[in-house]
Amino acid sequence: MTEARARFAPGDRVRVRREYPPTHFRTPLYAQGKTGVVEHLYGAYRNPEDLAYARDGLPKAPLYRVRFEQTHLWPEYAGAAHDTLCIDLYDHWLEPSEGGL
Amino acid sequence: MSEHDHPHEHAQRDFQPDEEPTASALRAAAIEALLTEKGVVAREEVTRVVEATRAQTPQAGAAVVARAWSDPAYKERLKARPFEAIAELGYDIPIEAPQLYVVENSPAQRNVIVCTLCSCYPRALLGPPPDWYKSLAYRSRVVVEPRAVLREFGTVVPDDVEVKVWDSTADLRFLVIPERPAGTEGLGEDALAGLVTRDSMIGVSDALAPEGAEVRAG
Repeated sequence: MTEARARFAPGDRVRVRREYPPTHFRTPLYAQGKTGVVEHLYGAYRNPEDLAYARDGLPKAPLYRVRFEQTHLWPEYAGAAHDTLCIDLYDHWLEPSEGGL
Repeated sequence: MSEHDHPHEHAQRDFQPDEEPTASALRAAAIEALLTEKGVVAREEVTRVVEATRAQTPQAGAAVVARAWSDPAYKERLKARPFEAIAELGYDIPIEAPQLYVVENSPAQRNVIVCTLCSCYPRALLGPPPDWYKSLAYRSRVVVEPRAVLREFGTVVPDDVEVKVWDSTADLRFLVIPERPAGTEGLGEDALAGLVTRDSMIGVSDALAPEGAEVRAG
């Protein structure tokens, strides 16, 4: 199979895994451990963590746009309470989150 | 005139950057030297591509935004299938260009683009990114304090407007359609495109006000 199944759908609450592999990855540290909402499923893309080492990047990894509340990301956030930030994250970096923020 | 007292050469020597070249600059130079030495690429080829890249402007982006302002059906096509809509205006998007996603500012929401990991940018449409976009200061600050960064660009966002930051960490590149400035109802697409700045398509500032318009006191 060349494309992993998308485990999440828009509206799902997800938590970003905490991990700092010694290899290439695209998940910013500031979002790790944080909870957001899947806003959009773009489709599946070759996995950059594999492509970075001249491999084929398969199976393709589902890629989502995940929206976070700024006040959740940064407890000291000085902007408006409704400000948001979104990050494009691959499926294997996300886990389901049941509770609130 | 010998090459040593050539005024142009002299000027270039005087304006060498103060900093030592970075490790990545040295690595790139070494790779280029090897590739040319081994005949994989010609030095002229490298120069041509570098110059072509530097010569790219955000003009295609401005034309696309101006059309989107003028034609709501076009705007919907642009948001649904960006590359097809861009091709409609006669612009060629390189086949290897990363996918584009178009976001639209509204009175309720302002969008700002960044790549915190490196400098991902819709090059196919806007050309190379400005230096500030690649700076560590912009990349780290705009996610933490976007409103403060926007103020430094002269953009004051009222509290009732949502600021939404887009961190392009993966396979998509983002383009902002700024709000169409007031007082532009009678303008044609060329005049409108002249109001669409690079920065407004990154989201850090508004499109320009038309000439003769009253400047709103900030």
